Amino acid sequence: MNARAEPLRLALLGNPNCGKTALFNQLTGSRQKVANYAGVTVERKEGRLRGPSGRQYAVLDLPGAYSLSPASLDEAITRDLCRGFYPGEAAPDLLVCVVDATNLRLHLRFVLEVLQMGKPVIVALNMSDAARRRGIQIDRAALERELGVSVVETVAVRHHGARALVERIDELAAQPRLPQVTLAEGADLHAETRRLLDAAVRMPARTAHIDDLLDRWLLHPLFGLLTLALVMFLIFQAVYAWATPVMDLIEAGTAALGEWVGGSLSEGPLASLLVDGIIAGLGGVIVFLPQILILFAFILALEESGYLPRAAFLLDRMMAGAGLSGRSFIPLLSSFACAIPGIMATRSIQDPRDRLATILVAPLMTCSARLPVYALLIGAFIPAREVALGFNLQGLVLFGLYMAGILSALAVSWVMKKWRRDKGEHPLMLELPSYRVPHPRDLLIGLGERGMIFLKRVGGIIFALTVLLWVLLSFPAAPPDATMPAIDYSLAGRIGHSMTALFAPLGFNWQICIALIPGLAAREVAVSSLATVYALSAVDDEAATQALTPLISDGWSLATGLSLLVWFIYAPQCIATWAAIKRETGSWKTMAIAAGYLFVLAYLASLLTYQVAVRLGAG
Amino acid sequence: MTLTDSPPRTPVLVLSVEDAHPGDPIARRLRELGFVAGEEVRIVARGPFGAEPLLVQVGYTRFALRRAEAARVLVTPVQPAAQPSAPMQDHAPAPVEEREVSA
Repeated sequence: MNARAEPLRLALLGNPNCGKTALFNQLTGSRQKVANYAGVTVERKEGRLRGPSGRQYAVLDLPGAYSLSPASLDEAITRDLCRGFYPGEAAPDLLVCVVDATNLRLHLRFVLEVLQMGKPVIVALNMSDAARRRGIQIDRAALERELGVSVVETVAVRHHGARALVERIDELAAQPRLPQVTLAEGADLHAETRRLLDAAVRMPARTAHIDDLLDRWLLHPLFGLLTLALVMFLIFQAVYAWATPVMDLIEAGTAALGEWVGGSLSEGPLASLLVDGIIAGLGGVIVFLPQILILFAFILALEESGYLPRAAFLLDRMMAGAGLSGRSFIPLLSSFACAIPGIMATRSIQDPRDRLATILVAPLMTCSARLPVYALLIGAFIPAREVALGFNLQGLVLFGLYMAGILSALAVSWVMKKWRRDKGEHPLMLELPSYRVPHPRDLLIGLGERGMIFLKRVGGIIFALTVLLWVLLSFPAAPPDATMPAIDYSLAGRIGHSMTALFAPLGFNWQICIALIPGLAAREVAVSSLATVYALSAVDDEAATQALTPLISDGWSLATGLSLLVWFIYAPQCIATWAAIKRETGSWKTMAIAAGYLFVLAYLASLLTYQVAVRLGAG
Repeated sequence: MTLTDSPPRTPVLVLSVEDAHPGDPIARRLRELGFVAGEEVRIVARGPFGAEPLLVQVGYTRFALRRAEAARVLVTPVQPAAQPSAPMQDHAPAPVEEREVSA
């Protein structure tokens, strides 16, 4: 083992909440590569570490596991990888088993299970500072003697808190053969754990008083829910309001860059590709970043502090009734700002079935991009009349549109639950870990990862589809003696015209059909596209809305207006959402199912709305 | 009685975890999490809707269990000699094991 050219492979494993990822960040710093394990959407994190001897190590952060008899995909991957059975992954040379020193009863049992594999193991006694503060005395030497493997204290959140571990690993690696012990199969691991605890641990109290105190308030049926409502309000407000100025800035910057590039190039297909295709496409990707980063800053902080599982505890019963889980709540809430960060946030849902259900209904939450469309249509068709108690009819309709989205999401997930072939019980069994103050380094690394995943993976698909859309909208070009707007001559225009037959029962005219196509880039684009189709020259969305309002309120029937409003509740009218679904589920099929069911819902709901409205004399 | 029926904030001893069906993975996982005969457990909180899920303290760890999961755990009251005076602390049997004595 001494003169190996390949770096030694270390694998970090341990129970969830043992501080394994913080230790991984401490060991590898920002030298991390985040990808997925082949064929599945479980995250694979690898990093590099250099020991004091100069030796190089490849460190793999395995998914958290309570046991090597797997109950989830994560645990199956951890088991297979440790044993060296995972296809395409080399077996680790040394297993670094991370345990929370304040939770040894549970975590030592897992160490014993790991020892049964008979691989070289070193135990990292993590959070040893927290244990000391709580008066837990651990006789490290005794534990080492009883276990038969090295036990090293670590404090993952402190600078140099893993130095002793690295030194010990370096010493082990210098030996000709890595030491290993094997525990007999079939041993009573609980009895053995009790024996170890008796031999090496003095524990004054079972739980930290601060945890007891906080849980008494934060899990209280009334105060707990009030606190949760406050936290949710803050997150929603932040994602919705704080991101807006930055997004406006990005949009203005993109437009300015486009103008500058357009101005310095002669008019032609190249300039158009650069400005309307590439620059607009890139801008369309980056504009999502502020919301994603703000949302994930909150989610990471909540997860690290231990509050997120508590929120799931409070809401589980309510969400389970609709076929979701308590953890679905935050992703769905953030989908009101934008479905993209919402869908990415479903990573905090461990159960794959609950996660898929959440992803599929997230687009039904009324995202902020629908607002300009709603504003145009409500302004044009719904009279600004006071109905009762100071409520305005326009406001009520807007509220109704939001509620229709929420109720439809609950109905859809409920139907999915009923129709699912898999009738197995999906347990909650959720650990509520001790409260912790999140470490800024872990938050920053986590945020950086989310940002890169979005830009690299989701961004690529959004960008490609935006350029494709540009092709559809620009070719073939309008003839020089054109009397109609250019879009009318393009492929998109032709598709729009041919769609008219399909959409006539919904009351959509050909102008609407054409505007729906560029609206795929982002829903709010539908407004400016309508302005283009009606050959209006409007400088921005606001001007477009003002110019359009009299036109459509005269030109369209009320039934058409209502039908289009209902269409936008459901329609899968956003390629960025498609890209996020494809990326997060790793499946084109799931993406197609999501787009397909939303389209069918949108079509049927609009059909019903239009036909009923026409019968009632609004045609 | 099952863990579901045990009164909140009162320590009880685990008798066994029953399989709901042969090879029940949920029962197996509960045993792995520390629900084994003789272990002291306690319901520390209940969810706001329909008193579900239950927050159960086992060893040094707290798990949220739905009622259907908790119903697999058979428990018996801790002997009356060990009346807990303060519900949040463990005045468990006699301090045979020092780690079970409260601060």
